[in-house]
Amino acid sequence: MTTGNEKKPEKRVYLDYIATTPVLPEVLQAMLPYFSDLYGNPQSFHSWGDEPGEAMEKAREQVAALVSGSADEIVFTSSGSEANNMAVKGLAQGQIDKGKHIIVSAIEHFSVLNAARTLEKSDFELTLVPVDKYGVIDPDEVARNIRKDTILVSVMHANGEVGTIQPIAEIGKRVKEAGVLFHTDAVASTGNTPVDVNELGVDALSLAANQFYGPKGAAALWVRKRTRLIPLMDGGVQEGGRRPGTENVPAIVGLGKAAELAVRDMTSRMRKFSQLRDGLINGLLAAVDHTILTGHPTQRLSHHASFCIEFIEGEAMLLLLNSQGIAASSGSACTSRALKASHVLIAMGLPHEIAQGSLLFSLGIGNNEGDVDYVVEKMPPIVDRLRQMSPLYAKFIKEKRGVK
Amino acid sequence: MPMYSEKVMDHFMNPRNVGEIKDADGIGEVGNPVCGDMMTFYIKVKDNRLEDVKFQTFGCGAAVAVSSITSEMAKGKTLKEAVKITPGLVAQELEGLPKNKYHCSNLGAQALRKAIRDYAQKKGIEIEGLEEKGEEHEEGEED
Repeated sequence: MTTGNEKKPEKRVYLDYIATTPVLPEVLQAMLPYFSDLYGNPQSFHSWGDEPGEAMEKAREQVAALVSGSADEIVFTSSGSEANNMAVKGLAQGQIDKGKHIIVSAIEHFSVLNAARTLEKSDFELTLVPVDKYGVIDPDEVARNIRKDTILVSVMHANGEVGTIQPIAEIGKRVKEAGVLFHTDAVASTGNTPVDVNELGVDALSLAANQFYGPKGAAALWVRKRTRLIPLMDGGVQEGGRRPGTENVPAIVGLGKAAELAVRDMTSRMRKFSQLRDGLINGLLAAVDHTILTGHPTQRLSHHASFCIEFIEGEAMLLLLNSQGIAASSGSACTSRALKASHVLIAMGLPHEIAQGSLLFSLGIGNNEGDVDYVVEKMPPIVDRLRQMSPLYAKFIKEKRGVK
Repeated sequence: MPMYSEKVMDHFMNPRNVGEIKDADGIGEVGNPVCGDMMTFYIKVKDNRLEDVKFQTFGCGAAVAVSSITSEMAKGKTLKEAVKITPGLVAQELEGLPKNKYHCSNLGAQALRKAIRDYAQKKGIEIEGLEEKGEEHEEGEED
């Protein structure tokens, strides 16, 4: 990106791990042989396919262990979005003889929301369940919306934009009582917070490697045994006929290795990240007035701190942060290709002008306390600079003076 | 992230003519938070010429850059010349804008025009070209 001729930032701080994580060296090492030395196709009837095939099955075990499922319940996909599409469309279409009503939450990722809307166009009925101001879905509200012809409920485990973790186990109980299939998009949470498919009471769960230091292009859908799933694509026998196409062995091996490391390091990572997160939240709220923490204050991802900074817009903040060497993210309309405000923040009841000030930081293994201090130091002048040119801020200041 | 030209980044990082003119002769406000951007233009007119132009903008990098360059383009021009500033000229002057940011260039030209219209209405004068375009693309219709 062109950033003009302003001087080089003092340091570079990546705080957008939710966009994607780097691949850990151990993960990369595990992947490398499968690009060239061990290039065989796992489906081949000769020995070239043996080691890649074994490596893939090992990865399946590693991924299953991460979510406390079993290996034969893992379907490898190319992305979290593909896993979500597969779950929503594949599970709904597999139950078509039972009904055509599906329920998803209002704050789902577009790969769930739009998959559900696509089904709606082919005669399915869709109910969106609302969220409260913290972005939490009420299990009772889900239960109330279940009908005789409801065949699928999909509620995300954690929201990538506001970090809120949903009461999935509670929702799962209610959905199970009604005998309905339950999918959760756990892309933002898996590898970052403990995920156990049985404790959560789900029938399907999506996850993606690039959220926990694995490669892009490697993801999976866990589907409970004996659950009918119609494939998205037609083709060969790979993934038990559920997902055709020559397997991306290096990526799958990377996903497996990243899953193994996530299991090993989960506790220490979470402890470190939550400390940094709390430092960032408290630091920023103290340093910048008229700032709102978005999402749930405690029931949130340990590596996630999200805000709305009033009177200014997110993309402008991102550009100025980038000029200071800081990578963050925003759900403002201007940062979306469609120029629409974040459906998540709007569903949480935030007015458009506040949602425009969306700013989110997501922490990862490269961060330390110095990074948090740096952001807390750099934010006030950035906010001030944008507020000084904001007509909304000028209006606010005038009104405030008028009141006095 | 949008790829902005160096010129856009320059005007975003160092915006010209930011602020409010307390005794403005004309004020033009456009946009709304739903579409994402809001701009207010203030003009000071002397002998049919824009003696001063200032702006306040709530919006993205492109919106700020558009406001800045529009103010620069307008300053010193006669009212008749200033109403000829179109979104296309603004975008051109910025050495291009990403496609999904074109609406920002509309806002800049609109806000300026609205400020000039405000002035013309207050003074009861007609300016050639001011109403020519009819009711131009108004706030937030882009999608």
